[in-house]
Amino acid sequence: MTEAFLSIQHVRKAFGSTVVVQDFNLDVAPGEFISFLGPSGCGKTTMLRIVAGFEEPSAGRIVIGGKDVTNLKPNQRNIGMVFQAYALFPNLTVAQNIAFGLKVAGTPKAESDARVAEMLGIIKLPEFADRYPYQLSGGQQQRVALARALAARPKLLLLDEPLSALDAKVRLSLRDEIRQIQKKLGITTIFVTHDQEEALSMSDRIVVMHDGHAEQVGTPFEIYNRPATRFVANFVGTLNVLDGVVIDPIAATVRIGEREITLRNGALGAASAGDAVSLALRPEAIVLGRQPGRDASLSGQIADVSFLGSVIRVKVGVGQNAVSLDTFNNSSAQPPIVGDQTEISFSASDLLVLH
Amino acid sequence: MAHQDVLAAHPIRARRRLPLDWLGIVPFAAFALLFLILPTLNLIAGAFQDRDGAFTLQNIVNLFTPSIMAAYWISIKVSLASALIGGFMGFVMAATVTIGGLPGWVRSPLMTFAGVASNFAGIPLAFAFLATLGRTGLLTAFLMNVFGFNLYSTGFNLLSFWGLTITYLFFQIPLMILIITPALDGLKKEWAEAAASLGASRLQYWRMVALPILWPALLGTIVLLFANAFGAVATAYALTGSSLNIVPIVLFTQIRGDVLQDPNLGYALAFGMIVITGVSNGIYIWLRARAERWLR
Amino acid sequence: MRTNRAVSWVLLALGCLYFVLPLIGMVEFSLRMRRGVYSLDAYWVVLADPKFQSTFAYSVVVGLLTIVVGIFIVVPTAYWVRLRLPGLRPYVEFVTLLPLVIPAIVVVFGYIRLYNTSSFLPLTGSATGTNILLVFGYVMLALPYMYRAVDTGLRTIDVRTLTEAAQILGAGWGTIIARIILPNVLLAVLSGAFLTFAIVIGEFTMAALLNRPAFGPYLQFIGANRAYEPAALAVIAFVITWACMAMIQIVSRFAPKTSSRSN
Repeated sequence: MTEAFLSIQHVRKAFGSTVVVQDFNLDVAPGEFISFLGPSGCGKTTMLRIVAGFEEPSAGRIVIGGKDVTNLKPNQRNIGMVFQAYALFPNLTVAQNIAFGLKVAGTPKAESDARVAEMLGIIKLPEFADRYPYQLSGGQQQRVALARALAARPKLLLLDEPLSALDAKVRLSLRDEIRQIQKKLGITTIFVTHDQEEALSMSDRIVVMHDGHAEQVGTPFEIYNRPATRFVANFVGTLNVLDGVVIDPIAATVRIGEREITLRNGALGAASAGDAVSLALRPEAIVLGRQPGRDASLSGQIADVSFLGSVIRVKVGVGQNAVSLDTFNNSSAQPPIVGDQTEISFSASDLLVLH
Repeated sequence: MAHQDVLAAHPIRARRRLPLDWLGIVPFAAFALLFLILPTLNLIAGAFQDRDGAFTLQNIVNLFTPSIMAAYWISIKVSLASALIGGFMGFVMAATVTIGGLPGWVRSPLMTFAGVASNFAGIPLAFAFLATLGRTGLLTAFLMNVFGFNLYSTGFNLLSFWGLTITYLFFQIPLMILIITPALDGLKKEWAEAAASLGASRLQYWRMVALPILWPALLGTIVLLFANAFGAVATAYALTGSSLNIVPIVLFTQIRGDVLQDPNLGYALAFGMIVITGVSNGIYIWLRARAERWLR
Repeated sequence: MRTNRAVSWVLLALGCLYFVLPLIGMVEFSLRMRRGVYSLDAYWVVLADPKFQSTFAYSVVVGLLTIVVGIFIVVPTAYWVRLRLPGLRPYVEFVTLLPLVIPAIVVVFGYIRLYNTSSFLPLTGSATGTNILLVFGYVMLALPYMYRAVDTGLRTIDVRTLTEAAQILGAGWGTIIARIILPNVLLAVLSGAFLTFAIVIGEFTMAALLNRPAFGPYLQFIGANRAYEPAALAVIAFVITWACMAMIQIVSRFAPKTSSRSN
C-alpha cells in the first residue's frame, strides 16, 4: 500500500462511562473509497464525526496528509461532508449553497462562479442553479449537497449515510453516481452506511464495525467470502449455519449429520476432536441435486419454495438446520416440490468455520 | 330507532351538496363584524367627518399640533425601544436554553415563567415596578443604603421614557422567548455542522445561514412586540397617571373626559394608532415576502 | 463548548435577575404596611374591602361568561373551517389575529361610538347591555389565543373521520359538536380558557371605558389612593396568573393521552 493519506491512530471515544469507539486504527490510501459498515450504535458515525472534528476523541490521533489534525476545529480541516438529511441551507439557492465554502474562503467571484458551474455539470443539474432546496427532490438535494462538499476541493470527503433518506430507486442510481464522481476526482472518501449492499458495491475497502471496534477490514471480496468473525459473516449477506462436530482437526474433517466432510487445510485451527463447530455457507454456493465438481453433499427435505422472479429461493431441511439456496427460474424445468427428498451439493472449500 | 336514523342521514347528506357550507361561519363573521371590524371602520370613518358628518381632513390636520405629535413620538419611541431591547434580550435568553448548551431541565421552568410573565401585564405590573424602582422602592432603597447611590439623582424616573420602557420589558422579553424558541428549535444542527465543514466560522454561519433563516420569525415578533407596547394603556396609566403623554393615554383621557374638546379629533387620534400599527405590519409583510422567497 | 455554556449561564442569570427583582420588590413592599415589621396587614385590608370582593366577583363572572361565549363562537367556527371551508382558513386566521394589531383602546372607542344610546343597537344604554358589550369585547381580546388553542387541538384529531362516523350513526350537527368534537378538543379549549381568564381578570382599559365595576378599574383606583395595598393586590394578581398558567401546564400534561390518534 502507498503512503497513507488519512491515518486514524488508537482512537477511543467515551461519553461518560459508555465507550462508543475503542482503539480504532485505520490507514486510508490517497483516492481510496472506504466504507464504515455496521448496525446502528456500532460507533461508525461517531468515528466519522471524530475525523470531521465534530467530536473530540478521548484518546488517539487523526492525521490527514501527514498533519496531525486532532486538535483542529472542523472549519480548519478542509474536509467535505455530506449528511444524511441533506442539510442544504434552505435560505440559499442551489448555486449559493455550492458556492458557500468558496465564499467563506474568500474565493474571487469569477473563479467561484466557474467552479459552481463545473460542479453543477458534474452532478448533472446545470439548469437548477437558481432553485431553492425545497424545490428539489431528495435525490437532487443530496447531489447538490455532494457538489457543495466538493466545491472547495477538499482533500477528504466524508459521507454520513447519504443515501438512507432516499427511496430505493434513487438510492441505486445515486450510489453509482457518487462512486463515479469520486473516481473521477480521485478524492479520498469515507462512507458510513448500515446497508451492506451499498458498502459491497461501492467500496475499495470496508471496515465492518461492531460495538465500537473494527471487526474486520478488507476488500468487499474478502469481507463477503472470508468473513473473519461470526458477526461479520452474519451481518454481511445471507448465511446458512450448519452444526457440525470435529472429527480430526489436523485433517480438517468434520461430521454434519451423517456425512463426513473435509474442509480447507487448517480451517479448524486449534479445535480438538469432538468439539462442536458452526459452519456457514452462502446460499449461492449451494446447488440442488448432485453436481459434478462439487465435492460435498448433504441430504434433506424441501421445506419451502418461494418465487422471487428471476430466481427461486428454496429452503431445505438438513437435520436440525434449514438451508436456503437460490436456483434460477428455468421455465422449461419442473420447480422443486415441497416435501420431496433432495440432495444439496457444494464445494467443501466454501464452508466457513465461524469463530 | 337507530335504523331510522341511518336512513334519515341520506337525504341530509344529499341536501348538503347545495353550496350552503358558508352558513357555518355566519356566527363568527357576525361576531367579527360587530365587535372588531365595524367599530374600527366606524372610527376610521369618524376621523374623516366633522361634527355634522360631512367629509373633512381637518381632524387629521389637527393631529399635527406639537403636543399630539410629541405624544405619538414618545409612544413610538417607547414601543420601538421596548420591542427592540425586549426582542434582543428575549432572543438571547431563548438562545441560552436552545442552542447555548444549557442542560435540558432549565428550559421547562423558563418557558412556564415566560408564560406567566407575558400575561402579568397591566396594572399589577405597574405596582410591582413602583414597589421596586419607585422613590421608596426596594431597589432604590437598596442602592441608597448599601452603595449610597441615589438612583433618582441621576435623573432616572420610573414615570419617564426609560422607566416605562424598563417596565414594558417585563412582558416583552417573555413574549419574545415564547415565540422565538420554536424558531430556534427549527435551526438544524446539521446546518451549523455543514457550515463548519465548509470552513465557515461561527460568525459566518450566523451571518450567512442562521440569521437569514430566523429573520422572518424575528421580524414578525418584533412587530408584534411593537404593536403590543403601542396599544398598552393600563401599565402606563397606573404607573404615570396622565403625566406621561403617550398616545393611548391621551386617547384614554380624551374618551373619558373629552379633554380635547373635540370628539372627532379623538377619532383621528385612534385612526393614527391604527395607521401606525397597520404600517408596521405592512412593513413586516413586505420584508417577510422578500426574506421568504426560499420558503414554500 | 464549555465557555459557551458558561456564557449561557451568565446571560440567563442576568435575565432572570431582571424578572426576579420586581417580584421581590412587590412582595417586600406588600409586607411593609405595619411600621418596622413585616406583616400581612395589607392583604387583610384588601381582602376585607367589600369593593375588592364585589369587583373581583364581577370580573370572575365576566371571565367565565367570556370563556363560554368564546367557546360557542370559536369551536364551531374552527371545526367548520377545517371540515368544509379550508379555503377560508387564511382569512379566518387573519381576522383572529387582528386583535393583536388593533389596540384594544381603539376597538372599545369604536364600541362606545357605534353602540351609543341613539344607535341601531344601543348596548351602552343599559347596564346589562354594557355588560354584554364587555363580554364580547373580551371574547375579541382573547380571540387570537382561543382560536389558536382550539385549532391546534383540532389538528391532532381526524375531524373528517370522526364527523362521518357520527353522521353514519345518525348524529346531527349539534350532537356532533357537543358530544364528539368538543370532548376531543376539550384540553385545548381548557388551555385557551385559562389563558382567557388570565387576560380578562385584571383587564383595565375596556372595563374602565365602559364604566363597569370590574377588578381592573378597582386596581387602578387603589393604586392611585393607597400605598401598600397595591403591592398586595399585585401579588394576588400574580398568583392568579401563575395559577392559570399552572392549570394550562397540568391540562397539557394530560393531552397526549386523549389525542394520541394524531395522523
